[in-house]
Amino acid sequence: MSKLWFDIAHLLAGGMLVLSFALLYQDRIAAVINVFAVQAIMLSLSVAWQALVQDAPHLIVTAAIALVVKGFVIPTALHQIIRRLEIHREVEQVIGSGLTMLTGLGLVALSILLVQPVGEVSIYVREDLAFALAVILLGLLMMITRRNAITQVVGFMSLENGLILAATGAKGMPLVVEISVAFSILIAFIVFGVFVFRIRERFDTVDVSALDRFRGERRDA
Amino acid sequence: MALIVDLLMQAVQMALVVAIAPVVLGVTRKVKARLLRRIGPPVLQPYRDLWKLMHKEAVLAHNASWIYRTAPYLIFAATWVAAALVPSYASGLLFSWSADLIAIVALLATARFALALAGMDVGTAFGGLGASREMMIASLAEPAMLLIVFTVALVAGTTQLSAIATIFSTGSVGLRVSLALGLFAFLFVAVAENARIPIDNPATHLELTMVHEAMVLEYSGRHLAVIEAASALKLVLYFSLIICLFVPLGIAGPGAGMADYTVGIAAYLGKLLVLAVLLPIGETSVAKMRVFRYPIFVGSAFAAAALAVFLLFVSKGF
Repeated sequence: MSKLWFDIAHLLAGGMLVLSFALLYQDRIAAVINVFAVQAIMLSLSVAWQALVQDAPHLIVTAAIALVVKGFVIPTALHQIIRRLEIHREVEQVIGSGLTMLTGLGLVALSILLVQPVGEVSIYVREDLAFALAVILLGLLMMITRRNAITQVVGFMSLENGLILAATGAKGMPLVVEISVAFSILIAFIVFGVFVFRIRERFDTVDVSALDRFRGERRDA
Repeated sequence: MALIVDLLMQAVQMALVVAIAPVVLGVTRKVKARLLRRIGPPVLQPYRDLWKLMHKEAVLAHNASWIYRTAPYLIFAATWVAAALVPSYASGLLFSWSADLIAIVALLATARFALALAGMDVGTAFGGLGASREMMIASLAEPAMLLIVFTVALVAGTTQLSAIATIFSTGSVGLRVSLALGLFAFLFVAVAENARIPIDNPATHLELTMVHEAMVLEYSGRHLAVIEAASALKLVLYFSLIICLFVPLGIAGPGAGMADYTVGIAAYLGKLLVLAVLLPIGETSVAKMRVFRYPIFVGSAFAAAALAVFLLFVSKGF
């Protein structure tokens, strides 16, 4: 197996990390969904490439699931939701975009430091793990910093992209696990969708800061 | 004898970058006009503009000091020296051994400093405004640029541009995520430094958001011609840096023959043309940014470059 093959695998994984940063950077809801779709397509490319490199044909199925479900079905559904909610042109107030980026950089550094002691493996596996961990942490960061329920859902989905990247990079994930994860994601998505509409119905907004009033410790406010 | 050939090759390089700078600018303007469904000025129009400006009277403000009069030449000289250090079509050029990538960044910073001083010298509102914004952009773009330099230097093991181009053109480095991130960051920095569209609009003189044009608003005649030539040269310099750092294919190595040099020049001109077409396509597909969003735009270049450096530590270890 030549070095170039691994290099391309890393380029694809690195592309996912860059797209995670693009997700953090975007403040338009429609653009966030588009970037998420691109990230899912990048994920399916990366997984398909891993299938070639590792000679593991079942990963092709994983790639196909990622491409169809997360590259097309979920983004289309999200676009429909935001159009139904009439927030598709809305600009979200992201809390301190520069600060978020810096925090994101810190998280990448953290994931690199965490992966560093994992010795006795090739640097390729180590880099892949670092990328995947960083994508997961950035997805978490996105869920924390966003106030709109839709973009929080996108953050969750992006986190899940990182999980799949980690699983495929580290030599083989059973197909059963992959299919069950894909289904649970779909079900989670449906639950989220219902939930978003319920929030909207109750509070006339999908800004989750409206829920703050119902938190126990701030009852006086 | 060898020294004479080296000097000659260096002279060809220096003459080449100055001579083609206006036409590169002309191509970007033409492509942009065509994308906007306009016919646009001819590709050679920048030469005519320079010629016309050279023959016009230079009008000076009453309170203009010597800084104002000398700054255009200083800017042009610093940019030209920086451009002479970049191995454009051959990697073993004579001058490129005398300074490295960090020196080029410093030379460009000198030119920017002179321009900001000149902008403030006459004391008009626009000049000061442009100068302060230019400094804001510079303070954000320069750290990003230096991180890109570190990325490339860590991969290649040197900051010497000629050595980097030689190492990268052999293809032994392979595809590196860090280099891809570095390219990404470099494109952002180049857009910011050359006052192109998401940051600044080079085609306007009457906008409250203008940066570069605000500083040179008071200039006329030969001073303006020299400044315009310098900014065209700066664009070519950044293009050459992209070519030399990220796509050095076809570059003539050290000790090359006449045929290699010809191939090198042809490849260099071809790549310049491609970049000059790609830039306006990118420019027309995005909208101009608000001034307060600049830090986020240039900051993402910094983030990408920092990421590139981090990733090098994963692959190499501390």
